[in-house]
Amino acid sequence: MLDVGRHPNINLMAYSEVQKVEGSIGAFKVTVRKKARYVEEDKCTGCGACEEKCPTVVPDAFNEELGTRKAIYAYFAQGIPSTRTIDPDHCRQLNGKKCGICKKTCQADAINFDQKDQIVELDVAAIIVAAGYDVFDPSRIPEYRYREIANVVTAIEFERLLSASGPTDGHVYRPSDIAARAKIEQLEKTLNKTTKALKRYEEKFGEASEDFYKKFQNGQFSDDEERKKWASRYEEYLGISGPLQELKKQAEGFSSAKRLAFIQCVGSRDFRFYPFCSGYCCMHSIKEAIIAHEHEPETTSAIFGMDIRAVGKGFEEYKIRGGNQSGITYVRGRVAEIMEGANHNPIVIYEDTRERKVKSQEFDMVILATACAPTKGLPDLAKVLGIELDDYGFVKTNPVSPVDTTVPGIYVCGCAESPMDVPESVAQASSAAERAAEVISLQSLNKESAVA
Amino acid sequence: MPEKKDEELRIGVFICHCGSNIAGYLDMEALEEFTKALPHVVFVQRNLYTCSEGGINEIKKGIVEQNLNRVVVASCTPRTHEPLFRNSCAEVGLNPYLFEMVNIRDQCSWVHMQEKEDATEKAKDLIRMGVAKAALLQPQEPIMSEVTTRALVLGGGIAGMTAALALADRGYEVVIVEKQDRLGGMMNNINKLGPSMINADELVSQKIKAIDEHPKITVFTNSELAAVKGFIGKYKVDVKTGTGTKNIDIGVILVATGASVFTPKGLYGYDGKHVITQLELEEMMKKGLDPSIKNVVMIQCVGSRNEDRPYCSRICCQVAVKNAILIRDQNPEARVSILYRDMQMYGVENEEMLRTSKARGVRYINYSPENPPKVEEEKVQVYHPLLGEELELPADLVVLATPLVAREDTHDLSQLLRVSIDENGFYLEAHVKLRPLDFATDGIFLCGSARYPANVREVVAQALGAASRASIPLSKGSVVVEPIISVLANEDACRGCGLCAALCPYGALEIRETEKGRKVHVIDVACKGCGVCAATCYQHALTINSYTDDQVTAQIEAFLGG
Repeated sequence: MLDVGRHPNINLMAYSEVQKVEGSIGAFKVTVRKKARYVEEDKCTGCGACEEKCPTVVPDAFNEELGTRKAIYAYFAQGIPSTRTIDPDHCRQLNGKKCGICKKTCQADAINFDQKDQIVELDVAAIIVAAGYDVFDPSRIPEYRYREIANVVTAIEFERLLSASGPTDGHVYRPSDIAARAKIEQLEKTLNKTTKALKRYEEKFGEASEDFYKKFQNGQFSDDEERKKWASRYEEYLGISGPLQELKKQAEGFSSAKRLAFIQCVGSRDFRFYPFCSGYCCMHSIKEAIIAHEHEPETTSAIFGMDIRAVGKGFEEYKIRGGNQSGITYVRGRVAEIMEGANHNPIVIYEDTRERKVKSQEFDMVILATACAPTKGLPDLAKVLGIELDDYGFVKTNPVSPVDTTVPGIYVCGCAESPMDVPESVAQASSAAERAAEVISLQSLNKESAVA
Repeated sequence: MPEKKDEELRIGVFICHCGSNIAGYLDMEALEEFTKALPHVVFVQRNLYTCSEGGINEIKKGIVEQNLNRVVVASCTPRTHEPLFRNSCAEVGLNPYLFEMVNIRDQCSWVHMQEKEDATEKAKDLIRMGVAKAALLQPQEPIMSEVTTRALVLGGGIAGMTAALALADRGYEVVIVEKQDRLGGMMNNINKLGPSMINADELVSQKIKAIDEHPKITVFTNSELAAVKGFIGKYKVDVKTGTGTKNIDIGVILVATGASVFTPKGLYGYDGKHVITQLELEEMMKKGLDPSIKNVVMIQCVGSRNEDRPYCSRICCQVAVKNAILIRDQNPEARVSILYRDMQMYGVENEEMLRTSKARGVRYINYSPENPPKVEEEKVQVYHPLLGEELELPADLVVLATPLVAREDTHDLSQLLRVSIDENGFYLEAHVKLRPLDFATDGIFLCGSARYPANVREVVAQALGAASRASIPLSKGSVVVEPIISVLANEDACRGCGLCAALCPYGALEIRETEKGRKVHVIDVACKGCGVCAATCYQHALTINSYTDDQVTAQIEAFLGG
């Protein structure tokens, strides 16, 4: 990524969208909308002081909303370019409120609330579509109760939980526990405020709140407005401190998730959603199970799948190693349903097709290996480019020219073409680069022969 | 070598947190304080990510504002990040070889996660050693060498032909060397390609025609590579042809030699007649299947995913499903059963083909390796796990899906080219994820089933990709080589004994007659800086730039002095 950012022959236009494409192979005219960041890239040093001071906290999309970010932000820490962006939907200043703290903080004078979208025209010989994919939304599968049961997460969410730079610093805490901890924090804050208010009353009236409240309940001071407020404050205190103690007691029992279930083909190989196989999910489940085991050696994982498709170089060996050394059990079968048990534990109900029995098993956490869905913007992009999509919504190619779209001079690589893993994407990216380079070479060869 | 003896040493050390990868396990403040006190260190800074654009700018700012003349980064591995940090130094005018990297992530925080104090102490040792070496670093200049704009493609199958055409279309000369008497490789034995059901012959003859007509492509059939000398951009290869040996100058080499099919001798009663391989079935189907064949049983994973060959050969399930559909096309009454462990129909097209086959009445029965099917006279016995009972399937024809295996000549060829092979005998790429089509050796590239079994769509994509990778040195016309190489530091000491030249794995050393007698000569572009020669030279005449005896001794002393 950094190489791309630094390469003298690459003009990186992040936070931009293609609006119009005219012309044909060898001579495309492309209109790009460069969206306003409200931060001037050339002035920003990427120091992040603005982000620290920004008062607006929003859910962090990069961390799958398991953590938070500010209204001025970098999508993720190593992102290129390393400049910040103001989120116009959440920034107070851009929404007519008084703020501008970032502008005051920035020593490089890079914040510019008046920045506008820019339209840039490009002349190019060839175009490569590398738009990637979207994660299938598993809440469309009612029987898996994603979002209903807190401890059922997607593979990409689990990836963030495993990541050292993720919201839990790489500890596999259960989302129900994370939520409970957040609740404790919030209750403690409120309780602090309430306690302070009570203290003020206690000092003023020279009496402990508890003693006062007994008298108040017995009908004393019923026409004293200030004491009424005191009483309601005390009731508030009682309302918080009980549940807080309860939660804290529960939290003492929290530990990282050690019994994991991975469910394969969530949204893929499923006629209701995507009939195709997403290709890489078997391997990423195995990988996540192995890493979880590395983090916490007591971890065991069950991977529920119809076929475990470990088809790449070294993959079958990796799968076997996961079974032998990382506590993975491979269960042949499709999971029918996930229920919620005690302590927010998900219970997986499935048929073990080898034993021909319906079974259920309780886990600390369930990870859904979600399908590789065509990215949302692809139909619009296809329209702009004039290229065709296949029956499932991926870019259409043909088997003997696997990176050529239906329009000459426009090429595709990676999961925009069909689901594939990293080595395949990298190989395909080189092929798309080759096809694009052929267009450019041919132009210069033709020029040479014209001159000769 | 330019050297300002009186220049005051000003070393800057940048310590990376790597998010929490390092900072989560080491005492970063202690490291910073420790580093500040090291000799010649005038500037120390900690960064959340030294490799981020912000971190890089801090290094540059440090060099300019603090007048640093040596830079040390204590972070992750030089394998991934040293080029970046070196370039950053160069961008503000500091010779990039005055940079030293210390790996406190892989070697400290990652391996000693549970021992924070000891890991921090080890990081201190490593930083002290890095600083000691940095103090003795000398500026180096990169080495330039021209590139012959001609590519050698080994193998004339679908991979080799596709790559050759791509490069030739870009205007480069290409030489194809094919062992057999004609181009086409394994595709010559194949009937149709799934799932498109394109005739393999048609695709092959199209490619052969394009190659025949292409003025930039020379083909040697019945030929093989006999010798390779030289290095990226300047290879001299000997090609043994039917009429003699040709000596050709080459810039880059593409390995597209394909794979062989495993012959299942002694497995499931294999006889080549009633019990055959999928490849033999292809040839049978080309001629037209005998209409009397009514019952076909296919068995998957024959000779693969076992102890001898633990890998999955990736394409055999696709081949079986395709052939099952084609059998049903030719003999609509034929019953086809596929006995499998996992149906490896990954992706969009393959899964679609699997569904089609089921709609066309192909039967699938899962078996486990502990209880494999038994082939008997005109029948196959298999345990059906869903029914929970043994089945007896009538079988006029049993087809075994055998894996692609590395070709027998892989080992010899890998020695000739000085490239690696993996534990299954296939060629080993430079990085399984990020550089799948490069070899670790510069100037040599890889595609197709020589790397790992792949279907035609994948092979074509890889061949185009390898052509793209190979075209980079061709289009630049020159290569720049790292100057971290062997140098004859003490010419007088060299006795010209030739021990180093005999041991050099890259052919980078020659003994030459000079005015001072026999002396070793380093072919700098060929040298990889591995250090075998310097370690061998008992006269200490040879040394490696940036790994000189003085520098290494300084590191050891720094370690022992701690």
